[in-house]
Amino acid sequence: MEKILLVDPEKCTGCRSCETACSLYHEKSLNPSLGHIHIVKLENSGLYIPIVCLQCEKPICEDICPVKAIKRDQKTGAVLIDTDICVGCRLCAIYCPFAGPRINSKNGKPRKCDLCNGDPVCVKFCEPKAIQYVDATKANMIKRLNAATRLSELVKTLLGTL
Amino acid sequence: MVLKRKIAYIDLTNGKITVKDIPREIRKLYLGGRGINTYLRYNLIEPKIDPLGPENVLLVGAGLLVGLPCLGAARTDVAAKSPLTGAVGSTSMGGFFAPELRFAGFDHLAIKGKAQKPVYLWVHDGEIEIKDAKHLWGKDTVETQNIIRSDLGDEEIKCMIIGVAGEKLVRFANVMTGIKNSGGRTGMGAVMGSKNLKAIAARGTESLEVAHPDELLEYCKEMNEMVLRTKWAQAEKRWGTMIIFNNTNTTGLVRTKNFQLNKLEESEDIEAENIERYSIGVAGCFGCSVHCRHRYVLRDSPFGPFYDEGPEYTTQGAFGTMVYCKKMETLLIANHLVDRYGLDTLETGNMIAWAMELYEKGIIDEKMTDGLKLEWGSEQVVFDMIRKIAYREGFGDILAEGPLRAIEKIGPESAYYFIHIKGMANLQSDERATPSFALGIATSTRGADHLRSRPAYDLYGLPEEVLEKFLGGGPVSSDYTSYVGKSRMVWHQELLYSVCDSLGTCKFQTVFLGFNMPGWNEFSRLLYLATGMEFSKSQLMDIGERIYTLERMFNLREGFTRKDDTLPERYFKEPTPIGLPIARGKKVDREQFEKMLDEYYALHKWDKNGVPTEETLKRLELDKEPTHIL
Repeated sequence: MEKILLVDPEKCTGCRSCETACSLYHEKSLNPSLGHIHIVKLENSGLYIPIVCLQCEKPICEDICPVKAIKRDQKTGAVLIDTDICVGCRLCAIYCPFAGPRINSKNGKPRKCDLCNGDPVCVKFCEPKAIQYVDATKANMIKRLNAATRLSELVKTLLGTL
Repeated sequence: MVLKRKIAYIDLTNGKITVKDIPREIRKLYLGGRGINTYLRYNLIEPKIDPLGPENVLLVGAGLLVGLPCLGAARTDVAAKSPLTGAVGSTSMGGFFAPELRFAGFDHLAIKGKAQKPVYLWVHDGEIEIKDAKHLWGKDTVETQNIIRSDLGDEEIKCMIIGVAGEKLVRFANVMTGIKNSGGRTGMGAVMGSKNLKAIAARGTESLEVAHPDELLEYCKEMNEMVLRTKWAQAEKRWGTMIIFNNTNTTGLVRTKNFQLNKLEESEDIEAENIERYSIGVAGCFGCSVHCRHRYVLRDSPFGPFYDEGPEYTTQGAFGTMVYCKKMETLLIANHLVDRYGLDTLETGNMIAWAMELYEKGIIDEKMTDGLKLEWGSEQVVFDMIRKIAYREGFGDILAEGPLRAIEKIGPESAYYFIHIKGMANLQSDERATPSFALGIATSTRGADHLRSRPAYDLYGLPEEVLEKFLGGGPVSSDYTSYVGKSRMVWHQELLYSVCDSLGTCKFQTVFLGFNMPGWNEFSRLLYLATGMEFSKSQLMDIGERIYTLERMFNLREGFTRKDDTLPERYFKEPTPIGLPIARGKKVDREQFEKMLDEYYALHKWDKNGVPTEETLKRLELDKEPTHIL
């Protein structure tokens, strides 16, 4: 069953451990600005929104790449850039609305989330479970359960039950 | 390398900035953060200078492990000579500033002199600029950060700022970052204000190289799991530090009505569970899995609707028990006010509580208080006084001076009522029943403070063998009202926390809350994986001893002596009136206290007056200080 990275901004505590763990894993150094996931913080309202490549079904980056360097990995579901083929034109980075592919300043070729070959590190560091790596059916169940829990409070009030 | 981060010396009088490497030998002796700040404080600050004058040096330091995705490795240490006490000025702040400073290439800033007009520092990827802050002066802490981000065009900039209180040189003004992360104690905000320095803005994208990245990643995960397995972390992550209150208040370990009672009856509304009415979620510092603070919204308040974060345990005392207020909303609003004005919650609450007791006793009256009736439990008085203190208006101007000078202004009869040590107030903990905590606050190098040691092991009801095995040396009672072995607890904790503050990780994620939490061995392993440097447990303990002893040497040089390592008279004279049987009827026994103090000095290998011996100085490589290597 295909797995997805499920993001729930309501749970994010803004700690940036995901960004840092990602950089430590991929870059072998501490640098959240090089993480593939990024938490956008609206500090004055206390809102924290994780932004990460959503591994689109019909990726804009794959379509736009002039040398066909971008393909989905069938095993993990991750959309990957083959840096051997990539020429660094950066069209993928320009057209993705989420900054999925980002410019890697080391060699000018964009880098993006590869789901850590099927075992995402960011998920392991997220205590509040604002990001989870779950199979698609379970993802639906989690969302439905969240919604139902809230609705049940309302229904409780309407029925007057305990 | 993590070890390649630099120190910048900034002279605000002439605008000169010098950047240097931090020698490895200094790292070996002091690590980083509070450790290196302790060295710099002793070396760069001449004895007997005016803490609000240009010769004071404001030291800002990131811990050596800041930037790791574990243990809240987020902390900034800020140091100087304190304008509140004249002793060690030292405070620690969470949030996201220290990591940003590190990613910008710097671990330490040493700022001396005074700018001719308000300025702020802009630190970004190896560069430091001094910028005009005329348009920021007078702005509150949040507005200041918003304007800086907008001016410099980057929403990811992190700032350390002062509010109006720091500008007005309120002696307990704090430094802050974000919405509520504060470096509250010892008046470091006033030092910053005295230099016309409104803010330090930081933004960095430089990588921190580590020695063993793959193993470090794995170990960071282990560290987070170790913490999260404990009962305390599970409670903290939902309720925040306010959960501590449920326990301490029920027992009778909480100052109430300044110091008249040791427990607040009808405390239900200010207990932790009630924050959920206002909370939109929780938040954490950089690299923290415990995320112990609430994000809360008040839709309807005398100050309009607002968003803020917290409140902390200390606030339950400062604007709750000590001033006899019993409503959660009072805490939430007062917390918001001190956050925006840049005032230390703890000291502010103490000044107001003390004034209320003086008013009750007729030592001050409405003529002195600008017509305000300082009645216990008056929320309006609390809000008014916070503002008057921040702006130094009327009676607020007297309180803004802090305990020692306010006592001097009001008169000697007022001295007995103030709960302070060395000129700094204590939090709402009532230590009459807990000798270990009593010794800890008496000997803390920055004045009354529970965080230099927080010797809490005897609160967990553990068997004595466990305590004795952990601490080594002689007997340690697991009864928290006993005096046996408590000196050893305090001494050990002082060493551990000196190191923890030098690493920049969060004290909550140590034996603060239980034995199955990170300690010496974990620190040693993290240091090895991050920096490649190897330290055994006993080497780390020596570093802790060196840092704590050098802090003490600063105070001795300023004229402090054994007689300052004591408790307010009320601890010895007044027994606790209420609470559970174990905590009731307790006062500190002077003879036993002095005996504990003797044992404590001996453990530190200082003489009977608390002065480090020649042998100790040599052993700790402090005999030639000041050495001016850095």
